[in-house]
Amino acid sequence: MGYLSLTDRDREEMLAAIGVSSVDELFEQIPAAVRYAGPLDVEPELTEQEIVALFEQLAARNAHTGVELSFLGAGVYDHYVPAVVDAVLSRGEFLTAYTPYQPEMSQGALQAIFEYQTAICELTGMDVSNASGYDGCTVAADACYIAKFATGRTKIVLAETLNPMVRQVVKTYAPGFGLEVVEVPHTDGAIDPDRLATATQDAAAVIFQQPNFFGVLEDVPALAAAANEAGALPVAHVDPLSLGLLEAPGAYGCALAIGEGQAAGNFQSYGGPHYGFLASRTDFIRRLPGRIVGETLDAANERGYVLTLQTREQHIRREKATSNMTTNQTLLALAGLVYLSWLGPQGLREVGEVCTSLAAYAKSELRAAGFEEVFSDRATFKEFAIRVGRPAGEVVRAARELGVHPGYALGRDYASLDDALLVAVTEKRTPAEIDRLVDVLRQVAG
Amino acid sequence: MELIYEKSRPGRRAGRIPRPDLPAAVVPDALRRATPPRLPEISEPELVRHFTALADRNFGIDTGFYPLGSCTMKHNPRVNERVVNLPGFRDLHPLQEDEGAQGALDLMWRLEQYLVEMTGLPGISLQPAAGSQGELTGLMLMRAYFADRGEGEQRDTIITADTAHGTNPASVTMAGYKLEKVATDERGNLDLADLRAKVNERTAGLMLTNPSTLGLFDEGIEQVAEIFHDAGALLYYDGANLNAVVGKSRPGDMGFDIVHINLHKTFSQPHGGGGPGGGPIAVRETIEPFLPVPRVVREGDTFRLDRDQPKSIGRVRGFAGPFGVFVRSYAFMRAYGPSLTEMSEVAVLNANYLLARLRDAYELPYDRHCMHEFVLSARQLKREHGVSALDIAKRLMDFDIHPPTVYFPLVVPEALMIEPTETETKERLDNFVDVMLQIAGEAADSPELLHDAPHSRPVRRLDEVRAAKEQTVRHGFGA
Repeated sequence: MGYLSLTDRDREEMLAAIGVSSVDELFEQIPAAVRYAGPLDVEPELTEQEIVALFEQLAARNAHTGVELSFLGAGVYDHYVPAVVDAVLSRGEFLTAYTPYQPEMSQGALQAIFEYQTAICELTGMDVSNASGYDGCTVAADACYIAKFATGRTKIVLAETLNPMVRQVVKTYAPGFGLEVVEVPHTDGAIDPDRLATATQDAAAVIFQQPNFFGVLEDVPALAAAANEAGALPVAHVDPLSLGLLEAPGAYGCALAIGEGQAAGNFQSYGGPHYGFLASRTDFIRRLPGRIVGETLDAANERGYVLTLQTREQHIRREKATSNMTTNQTLLALAGLVYLSWLGPQGLREVGEVCTSLAAYAKSELRAAGFEEVFSDRATFKEFAIRVGRPAGEVVRAARELGVHPGYALGRDYASLDDALLVAVTEKRTPAEIDRLVDVLRQVAG
Repeated sequence: MELIYEKSRPGRRAGRIPRPDLPAAVVPDALRRATPPRLPEISEPELVRHFTALADRNFGIDTGFYPLGSCTMKHNPRVNERVVNLPGFRDLHPLQEDEGAQGALDLMWRLEQYLVEMTGLPGISLQPAAGSQGELTGLMLMRAYFADRGEGEQRDTIITADTAHGTNPASVTMAGYKLEKVATDERGNLDLADLRAKVNERTAGLMLTNPSTLGLFDEGIEQVAEIFHDAGALLYYDGANLNAVVGKSRPGDMGFDIVHINLHKTFSQPHGGGGPGGGPIAVRETIEPFLPVPRVVREGDTFRLDRDQPKSIGRVRGFAGPFGVFVRSYAFMRAYGPSLTEMSEVAVLNANYLLARLRDAYELPYDRHCMHEFVLSARQLKREHGVSALDIAKRLMDFDIHPPTVYFPLVVPEALMIEPTETETKERLDNFVDVMLQIAGEAADSPELLHDAPHSRPVRRLDEVRAAKEQTVRHGFGA
């Protein structure tokens, strides 16, 4: 019966100590009219063995990346997650702890978060990082809120090459924040810095993505410069696995760097839980949302870690807080730290290089097979768009019949790209698997 | 203990990835990284030892008793970890076609049915990532609902209780609403007279936790609902304390229109040292058209994600929600079945048992039976012996017990908010009582023992003021 621990005798002794004759008496404070007569109309309880059998049946109805050769990305990626990540995350001291409100009980988690913040700052070239956000979408909304207070302006500029899901979340949050959202269209798969500069007058922030949603490398120094010129905060949405190879946002003048952490150390898990990261220059430390861990000393002058700058937070500042955030994604961020530590700087660069090389191989093989790149003049990272000669959604369905998920149908978000497929290549793919993709696409494309 | 960066040595590494025999990557020089990030350079054995040492310096529900009020630190069943790691869940891409994700969608649909049954409300969105995001989503729904009725400009105020979690007022501000606070009466219920004076045509709604953060069920909840509904306003239920009432009283029956459920509290998603969580919301029919997209739709024996909801507020996070949290919570619900009701009964029994045994040694501000948690005050110990709630919290650590929530709710001075949950044995509860009674004795006899606590943790009491002043929030690499 679930996970209860009291014996009948325990219950009797406890009721006696309380001075009531039944548990029902304790519920008499609930007005009779709103008491639920029950019982709950749900299925009978299951034993552990039955739960495993049921969930195995459910899981078997999902075409996961172990049974289907997948080139699907568009924000979540099939990168390799090393065994040490599983090992660390299965430690009950991490897994089953609450938020580290009591630092003397929580030095392990606090130090790990401090190390995570350091890793994110190093990746992005920023000064400060919070302890994580919900995901790569909500951190963009967080960045807008920071920018509103930092600049006193109310316009947010989004690149059309920013992940459509990220843009949708920003638009959902914007009315409550008192912000208006403007989008800048792409020019042949990337943002034109001059067009951005025009849109950016009077803006609080500009959010662009590197590599962008099409996998294309944007001229980010020029985009950041256009924002800075207009007094708007440049915000780069970045893929953490690109940052061994590609320049850090801090180095090209960004005020904030944000992103989806999944690629670094989290499984795909049908979209979550993952972690969003948010880092900034020191200027904005008092406007950051959520938890931040800081170093301090204990009563014996030994180094230790605590949640800090809590006067930003909801439990202290209530309606004047910088955010309502409480629960974040610490365990997933811990996975990110373990993963990045496993790779090290050299390994991170190699992952980026291998993804880029494999993607370049896929592009050249597809080109040789007669497929046209959508943005053929643009440099790309691990993802790129090709034309498939008929609605890409149909091509996806036909390819899946042959055991290959060839990518994301861009027509779902960009009306003019109905025949375009976004192909993602991670270090888990091999040249032989890419050959199979080309073969299957040749069979099913228009 | 050294940071992982201090253990780093140039050239050392743990992981390697396969390197296919292909031409080197080409990246435009202007975009290529100039200086590598200073990530740890560490061997795998030392990496494992580092994180093992950190785990040893952390305390979870697996380690011991964790009566942290309002956080519902119950046992996290291990079978849930096994099933969430099935490749069919773990390695499923969120943009997989619906035909290739039928098991995941079926699971989400089933979870929704359980939430409908427990909340008494018909419309569910699983998307919010946490309770506080559920709150914000709920307020966005209110905004959309009133805008649709042409009352969007008029209704600009949300009312919260003075006992509310800090997230409630913070969410009100983020949603662009004005805040009004209502007082608590001497029995711990909302003050109805104060409420009647404050609810008017400008009121969009109420945010309320029931039972409240005092651990008390609001005895006037029917009148509260009537006051708001008569004024055309809505009621939002902060589900942080749902563990008290599953199968005993449903928020929808209490009169609430929008509810969030903390899957990481009531339904045992492990909290991971701060997250992840899950904050699905349940709503009345009238609010359903505004729910976030995508929504899970069942058509005969098949399921799909529906993104075409013209009145929807939009998306509040990526994809369909924190799916791994859904897997664990649904497994948890299936292990109980209809005895989810007993889960709440035992949670309430355990809390009342602790209350009965501690009420003479500590001050009890509201003398009633409690629900799943209760609040004591150390005000008297402070006045008589100079010992604070914080001192008591730190001294508990010496007995391998995680402290309760302290200094909350704000209406109780020197508050100690205690929530044992349903999964503890009587021996654990008795041990907690013994320790709390011993500490009350020490407060009188040797208060310095409490002032200097903890004595047995890896660190002594930490200087939080110094941390806020120095603002060292990342390693400096000796710079």
